[in-house]
Amino acid sequence: MRGLEQVAAALVLAAVVVGIVSLRGLALEREWGLAIGRGFVQIMLMGSVIALLLSVPVAASAFVILGMMLGGAWIAHSRAGEIPGAFRIATAGIVLGAGVVIVVMTAVGAIEARVRDLVPVGSMIVANGMKASSLALDRFGDEVETHREEIEATLALGVTPSRAIARHVERGVRAALIPTVDSMRSLGWVWIPGLMTGMILSGEDPIYAAEYQFVVMAMIFAAAGLASLTCGALVERYAFTDAHQLRSFHGES
Amino acid sequence: MARSDDASDRPPVLETDALTYRLGDRTVLDAVSVAVADGETLAVVGPSGAGKSTLLRLLVRLDEPDAGTVRFEGRDYRTLDPRTLRERVGLVPQQSALVDGTVRENITLGPRLRDEPVDDAAAERLLVRLGLSGTMERDVNALSGGEAQRVALARTLVNDPDVLLLDEPTASLDADTEATVETVLSDLVDEHSLTAVVVTHDIAQAARLASDALVFDGDGGVERESTARLAEVDE
Repeated sequence: MRGLEQVAAALVLAAVVVGIVSLRGLALEREWGLAIGRGFVQIMLMGSVIALLLSVPVAASAFVILGMMLGGAWIAHSRAGEIPGAFRIATAGIVLGAGVVIVVMTAVGAIEARVRDLVPVGSMIVANGMKASSLALDRFGDEVETHREEIEATLALGVTPSRAIARHVERGVRAALIPTVDSMRSLGWVWIPGLMTGMILSGEDPIYAAEYQFVVMAMIFAAAGLASLTCGALVERYAFTDAHQLRSFHGES
Repeated sequence: MARSDDASDRPPVLETDALTYRLGDRTVLDAVSVAVADGETLAVVGPSGAGKSTLLRLLVRLDEPDAGTVRFEGRDYRTLDPRTLRERVGLVPQQSALVDGTVRENITLGPRLRDEPVDDAAAERLLVRLGLSGTMERDVNALSGGEAQRVALARTLVNDPDVLLLDEPTASLDADTEATVETVLSDLVDEHSLTAVVVTHDIAQAARLASDALVFDGDGGVERESTARLAEVDE
């Protein structure tokens, strides 16, 4: 059984559940039915887009990934409140974090230089660079607003802005990496990631699936780490004026 | 602390030149021009929200004036490295604004973060003078408001400034501790020939610490008055 036959079998099972719900008068059959139908249409559309992408030259992957990066930066910057230069910071974080990992891993052959590999693996890396940038910016904003008086009191001692804000940047970077580090810690015994599950289900050797999953997790870790470190370095720069004054984070930069 | 000789005989260390600062539509400082002579202690008084703390922030360039400037030792402070200015002009903010850690980590913050040697013995002596002996290794989160305020004062003094800007330095202190801190401040100012600007809401304290005061009118203007005269009017 393959393809639409599998879909049909899954749909029958889902329909049975919806039918039971309907018989019990829970009035959920419309909502659930629509959700199942919508999910099927969306995932088929995504599959079609990827199938279309497979037919374009490999160089096009760069544009697709760049588009993902810019989209990710837009989402991450929306979490940044009024941090001055937030979009530029998020863009730099994601482009540098995810970009370095994708380029290096493609150059050494860990990611095959073909659209089929570059786009989906690249999207995973970009998404995690985005998450790290988003968390880092969110935390930096909170840190600076909460500790504004301390940072200014430290500046008033003739300390450089980067030293005055260092402990707050460090907290932001640490916060951004918590989900990634926790995923690494729990990998294999608390959860089996979807990629590895998918590879095993599609008949791949479980040992190779585990190795590849670790490679992906390490790439995600590197991308998230680089993205949050880049954001931290740039927040230091954008948060202060040339006269070493801490800018307002309420849109009055 | 209040020098008996006439401050106008000595060259100004800090001068504001038509210093103007606005917050939205409100003019907090309206073309304020004042001079603080070398070794002088000048009080700053006025109603809450009149701009007294803003003046101190502008003097160390934590905020940028909308117009006018400040001269430090005759030099426009925009031509100075802000770090140099702030090492020489030390601000003790009204809120202690201590960083997480011990008293030692806080009072040595300036030299430590500038990678300069720290004179632990001098820092310890300063704590003793401020009535904080034995607190060196205490977590600052366990200090009372008054203790935290004195640690903030010690932090600026350990930084060894030439000019001391104090924003309500005894606001969180009881009467006895206030008297101790005033005495220590007066002694330190005299011993190190410091110039000081002290914001206070207390006219009597202004008179104890300084012979002249800047009086904020609440509309962005200031006038220089003798503290003795202010104290008379206050009575």
